[in-house]
Amino acid sequence: MYQYDQYDQKMVDTRVEEFRDQVKRRLAGDLTEDQFKPLRLMNGLYLQLHAYMLRVAVPYGTLSSKQMRMLAHIARKYDRDYGHFTTRQNIQYNWIKLEDAPDILADLASVEMHAIQTSGNCIRNISSDQFAGATADEIADPRPWAEILRQWSSFHPEFSYLPRKFKFAVIASDTDRAAMRLHDIGIQLVHNDAGELGAKFFVGGGMGRTPMIAPEIRDFVPADELISYAEACLRVYNRYGRRDNKYKARIKILVHELGQEEYTRQVEEEFAHMKQLGLNPPVEELARITQYFQDPPFDKQASVDIDLSDPDFALWVDQNISAHKQPGYAIATISLKPRGGIPGDASSAQIDLMADLAEQYSFDELRVTHSQNIVLPHVKKSDLYAIWQRLDEAGLAPANLDLITDSIACPGLDYCSLANARSIPLAQKISERFADLGRQRELGELKLKISGCINACGHHHAGHIGILGVDRKGTENYQLLLGGSGAEDASLAKITGPGFTEDGVIDAIETVTDLYLEQREEGERFIDTYRRVGMARFKEAIYG
Amino acid sequence: MNILTGNDLKTGDVIWWTGLDWSRFVKDATDVGDKGEAILHREEAARRVNSPYIISAEQTDDGPRPGHIKDRVRALGPTVRPDLTLKPADPSAGEWVI
Amino acid sequence: MGNTIRFRDDEVHEEPAVALDSFLDQSNATAVRIEAGEDARVLLPYLDRLSLIEIDFPVFGDGRGYSAAQILRESGYTGELRASGDVLLDQCAHMRRCGFDAFSPDSPINPQLMEEAISRYEHVYQATSDQRKPIWSIRHG
Repeated sequence: MYQYDQYDQKMVDTRVEEFRDQVKRRLAGDLTEDQFKPLRLMNGLYLQLHAYMLRVAVPYGTLSSKQMRMLAHIARKYDRDYGHFTTRQNIQYNWIKLEDAPDILADLASVEMHAIQTSGNCIRNISSDQFAGATADEIADPRPWAEILRQWSSFHPEFSYLPRKFKFAVIASDTDRAAMRLHDIGIQLVHNDAGELGAKFFVGGGMGRTPMIAPEIRDFVPADELISYAEACLRVYNRYGRRDNKYKARIKILVHELGQEEYTRQVEEEFAHMKQLGLNPPVEELARITQYFQDPPFDKQASVDIDLSDPDFALWVDQNISAHKQPGYAIATISLKPRGGIPGDASSAQIDLMADLAEQYSFDELRVTHSQNIVLPHVKKSDLYAIWQRLDEAGLAPANLDLITDSIACPGLDYCSLANARSIPLAQKISERFADLGRQRELGELKLKISGCINACGHHHAGHIGILGVDRKGTENYQLLLGGSGAEDASLAKITGPGFTEDGVIDAIETVTDLYLEQREEGERFIDTYRRVGMARFKEAIYG
Repeated sequence: MNILTGNDLKTGDVIWWTGLDWSRFVKDATDVGDKGEAILHREEAARRVNSPYIISAEQTDDGPRPGHIKDRVRALGPTVRPDLTLKPADPSAGEWVI
Repeated sequence: MGNTIRFRDDEVHEEPAVALDSFLDQSNATAVRIEAGEDARVLLPYLDRLSLIEIDFPVFGDGRGYSAAQILRESGYTGELRASGDVLLDQCAHMRRCGFDAFSPDSPINPQLMEEAISRYEHVYQATSDQRKPIWSIRHG
């Protein structure tokens, strides 16, 4: 994985000192909260419901064991012994003291990490495919491109006060594991007719109160024009994105209001100008970064067989193991969705254990997924049983990847000052109601996503089944949505009808899953049956 | 009744105005009547509180109970982690929130 | 002009900057002021005779002025480019990188603190109109 050189290190070290100075000025009264807020947000520090919250960037979701251990250390030393992995492959801590924040950033900088631009109206952490570099279905590793973008977007002087936040995702496979088209800019690496690698740009996707799937605006941007094209997209947005209404300020609204063609025309015009400005790193820079993402030294003799005589292990293998490009190896996803647990939370001991396993079995590498799980990307099939046993002892072996209990849930009203309803208790109760693994497996792939407010951090628009928590006259109420997908078959879920109480919405979920089992045809997932049968039938089953 | 709440500037702790000082416990909160704005401007300027605001609450035998669920969650802590609330020994404390 | 901090050696421009509409109506003005929503590109035909362009920041979070400045510098403007309005210490470094070389903040800023803020980062990641060599360029000569 990427390693900082002296320049990268100096940048984050300087950032720590700058923020230390800003915190000092705030505590001394030289900065008001209004002035300090955008500065702390630009370093991922929020004032949340119970305390300050710090969001730490995990660029494109990739971590070394040493970095993972530092995340555990921060949880132990400065927080309450746990962290929460997020849908943008980051981690956040809920109980941070303002006066500790500079020291935490210094600790992070010591392992080449930071919290730069994990909040604020700027370019956020670049997310990517959690299976990058390990899966056979990609045409290249997308992470060097994400790293080029990370460096370019860090402290970008022109784009630090955008109308609203700005999120990139980069993938390199036709299978979309990163909800690419639900980002402000989604990039898919592709080959052109000449066989050169380049970037296909999708602009103007997003969730929130006006969900949109990003349209493609350019089918190929060459590697040595990536930055000038991205700058052109951003400049048009910075100049013309709406600033009069926070809820209409994302780029998706601009693209929608101008129309995809007019937005594209303006970008192309700006791009023609920007191409001349020398904004792009030379191809040698991409080559330099790509060096860091070479395959680890795989054992070419590794056995392709797995001893599945332990039935519980066999279930885990069947559910949580994905195909690796190297024979004899596998990609193992560690589910952070135990029965009755909090989706995405991990204790410092669990984080340390995952770091140990990565060091021992996965060439020192881990990934965070947008579904709030952790991946060991390069494990020998012959080591899987040993890994599983240690995960199981630590409560980290739920065999539920992509099943109904592998839900995404935002922090909701238990932690978040924007929320209208709690999300986590709902995820917990659903995991209890559907606890039987046989039943979950019978239902098959089913993406359940829960948000505690319209901002949609729990991706409810992209859920096969989505739940939106709302405030109805001071009590929590839950709307049910069906038919969304954040994958390559991206679609937006639709609300079924009037909302429910917490128990009521779980009953309704059971009704729709029962209808699916009754209606499905051979090989159909829940989403396929829904698309074939249509909303009306599901509505009728729910509301009578 | 009207009570004042905010977060401690340095630690981020949820705090409540007692009439003299700030407390982490909502039971210590006092009715500020119509003086809320003046107090919060003074306290914020003195950096004893961050982002304070006035809420309405109901006086009960257990002390003030904030009118909105969000402030009740703030007063207690996350309902999904009773061990991290201000009443870790009371497993039914979450019921007060709902 | 008492509060203006300049990073230029030439004479301070004495003539007050006129609003964009007035500038476009009268041919002889040499100083113009543009508001956040106005298109800096309409000035491109006049860059040779302008010696001061003032760009207003109504609130510090309104970042349109950064793009306006970049566009003017990219198009060859060499006169004074002044940021005015809600200009804060922690924004000045980015403004310098976008080509601003004078600051006229509503609330005065200590010039020494500004100097420190602007020179804090030894290196930069991007090529912008301030012509600093980005890190990728240093890496590859």
